[in-house]
Amino acid sequence: MAIPISYNVRNMVLRKGLTLMTAMGIALTVMTAVFLMMLLAGMKKAFVKSGDPLNVLVMRKGSTSELAGGFTKDKLPILTALPGIAKGSSGDPLVSGEWVVIVNLPRKDGTGDTNVTLRGMGANGLELRKNVKLIAGSWFGAGQHEIVVSQSIHSRFAHTGVGDMLDFGKGQWKVTGIFDGGGTAADSEMWGDVNQVADQFNRQNALGSAYLHATDPLAADTLKHRVADDQRLQLEGMLETEYYDKQTSSGAPIRFMGYIVGLTMAIGSIFAATNTMYAAVAYRSREIATLRVIGFRRGSILLSFIFESVLLALLGAAVGIILMLPFNGMSTGTSNAVTFSEVVFKMQITFAVVLYATIFALVMGLIGGVAPAWGAARRDILAALRD
Amino acid sequence: MTLARFVRKNAFRNKRRTLLTVGSMAFSLLLLSFLMCVWRAFYVDQGSAESAQRLIVRHKVSLANFIPGYYREKIRTVPGVVHVVQVNWFQGIYRDQKPENFFARFGTDPEEFFATYKELSIPADQEEAWKKDQAGAVADKALANKYGWKLGDRIVIQGDIYPVKLELTLRGIFTASVPNNALYFHWKYVEEGVPFAKGHAGTFGILVDSPAHVNAVASAVDQMFANAPEPTKTETEKAFQLGFISMLGNVKAFILVISLAAVFTILLVTGNTMAMSIRERTREVAVLKTLGFRRETILGLFVGEAIAIALVGGIVGSLIAILLLKGASQAPQMGPLFSVAAREWRFIAPVVWLVAGVAGLLSSAIPAYGASRKGIVDGLRHIG
Repeated sequence: MAIPISYNVRNMVLRKGLTLMTAMGIALTVMTAVFLMMLLAGMKKAFVKSGDPLNVLVMRKGSTSELAGGFTKDKLPILTALPGIAKGSSGDPLVSGEWVVIVNLPRKDGTGDTNVTLRGMGANGLELRKNVKLIAGSWFGAGQHEIVVSQSIHSRFAHTGVGDMLDFGKGQWKVTGIFDGGGTAADSEMWGDVNQVADQFNRQNALGSAYLHATDPLAADTLKHRVADDQRLQLEGMLETEYYDKQTSSGAPIRFMGYIVGLTMAIGSIFAATNTMYAAVAYRSREIATLRVIGFRRGSILLSFIFESVLLALLGAAVGIILMLPFNGMSTGTSNAVTFSEVVFKMQITFAVVLYATIFALVMGLIGGVAPAWGAARRDILAALRD
Repeated sequence: MTLARFVRKNAFRNKRRTLLTVGSMAFSLLLLSFLMCVWRAFYVDQGSAESAQRLIVRHKVSLANFIPGYYREKIRTVPGVVHVVQVNWFQGIYRDQKPENFFARFGTDPEEFFATYKELSIPADQEEAWKKDQAGAVADKALANKYGWKLGDRIVIQGDIYPVKLELTLRGIFTASVPNNALYFHWKYVEEGVPFAKGHAGTFGILVDSPAHVNAVASAVDQMFANAPEPTKTETEKAFQLGFISMLGNVKAFILVISLAAVFTILLVTGNTMAMSIRERTREVAVLKTLGFRRETILGLFVGEAIAIALVGGIVGSLIAILLLKGASQAPQMGPLFSVAAREWRFIAPVVWLVAGVAGLLSSAIPAYGASRKGIVDGLRHIG
């Protein structure tokens, strides 16, 4: 017969101080792990959810990022004439020739300058990106020295309100609107007219990349291969989703650090939990012997103490996760290892983060509980009663 | 029995508990030592003496923008400048796109390269051979060892930013106190293969005659190009490297938050252990008092025990940390950073021990005070 759970709960309540301290130790470990996982979850979303599977990104052969691109403008009409490209509202094929450049902007909090991506796009560029919504002001005008910025950039960088003037390249740019990229890579960008951007950075008569919006997924795949096979072009096509997928490697340093920190703190916490459980067992050695005399089996006692340890860890996990909730949605930035520019993302508590944190704590509780519980179950009844 | 021996005996009366506590603290303090060494390597270390004499010029907007190659001769006219050489990021692909086959590849000018980067040492005949061969390259010794390159080996780099396939011959292998894991070749070779690369520079390295003139030269260079179409930003090598670290995000706050969490964990763990061991000794304390020991002595006994356990944890933790740092300095990519961090260990270790001692003191103070105040009769009646 199993020992009732209330026995463990009451025991934990009885030794409040000890329970709380151990639970807090585990909570701190869980908090650190949750913090790192939130960063990674937000970053992953910024890349993985980016890109429309129907958009085909075209760059120069061998080029790994839009920054490293560069092909002559006369290739755009050839691309536009390819079959399988969807038609826009105006009846033209949905194709946008673009330039991505990096500009250096001061952060709002005064911690220095950082690189921000500025994307110049063609007339159909906005229609290609249906997931992006304007939330203030208006879109940039064609042929104007105007840009729109993402909400995240608006909150992180100085002079990025509607109507503000930003100074970079060869002159001043008017901010006409703010958009919401929905947690995608667009959230780290500023957009403007492609010709204006190319002119500012002396890159006329060339394009960095082109986007083609296919009619359906099959057409997207075909387009991708057609671009690569066309000998006139010397270009390469890939799905926009594939492009961003490759860039998730930017999270690697944080992930690496996360593993080291998480593992080290977990080992420390397991030792602490083992200690607490040994103490819990030691205090109750007569009680345990009595339980045995009443007829509870060794297995029940082993299970009961492991369960208590797990309960302790779960309490810690709950405290840790709750304490981290206020950080949910906090926006922060890291740099994209491919483009040298800042990627803005929001820290996120996802279901997976909570699940992993709980499993993490569970494992700590299990490992910490096994040895003391084993010791408790193995004790000789007579010796324990005489204690 | 002396008091010190009494403390030692008590500390080891429950060996398992003491070991677990020391282990738990050691891991928290390991983390603290590790992070603080990295923090010092980032923000305190000023680099080698040669590095302090060097400036890096880049485009004001960002590294992805080019500056004209002719700036080199203009920069040379600034008083205090000894050498100027372009160091251009080529990127490219060696073998395949796997991260383990990625290392830094730069195009430069062999005539002035080793004069500017004095801490890189190369045999004179190899340097001469490199200068003479436009398709020649020199590699860091650590990098050459990794791939088993020998002098005369062919190294093929497929360009991505620059559409050209470089077929290089290894002409020299240089060594440095901190390996930089980079490959250098003639920028001219790239210029001949790629028309748009002609007259382009990514960055310039400047060697200044003395560290005292570094700031003056930096502002003189930036002023010279302030109104040019391609303005520049000139900063010390260290500041330039810090720029990369700040791109990772708010690393400073990151390290601080995790260090704080580690310190709190230590406090909790030692506090927990001391509370446990003091409680089970309530009766003993009463006996000690009956024997005539004073409150302060009893307080001191417990606090001493906690500090001793904490210190052992601190020493073990910091020793594991230095082992890890030494191990990590052999890693291919982050290696140089960790070898600097390992050098900083001697400053960090005493701080970590101090933290451990203070944590022991703080965590034992309250339970020990409680025990020393408890009445003798209550204590003797206490049932553990």
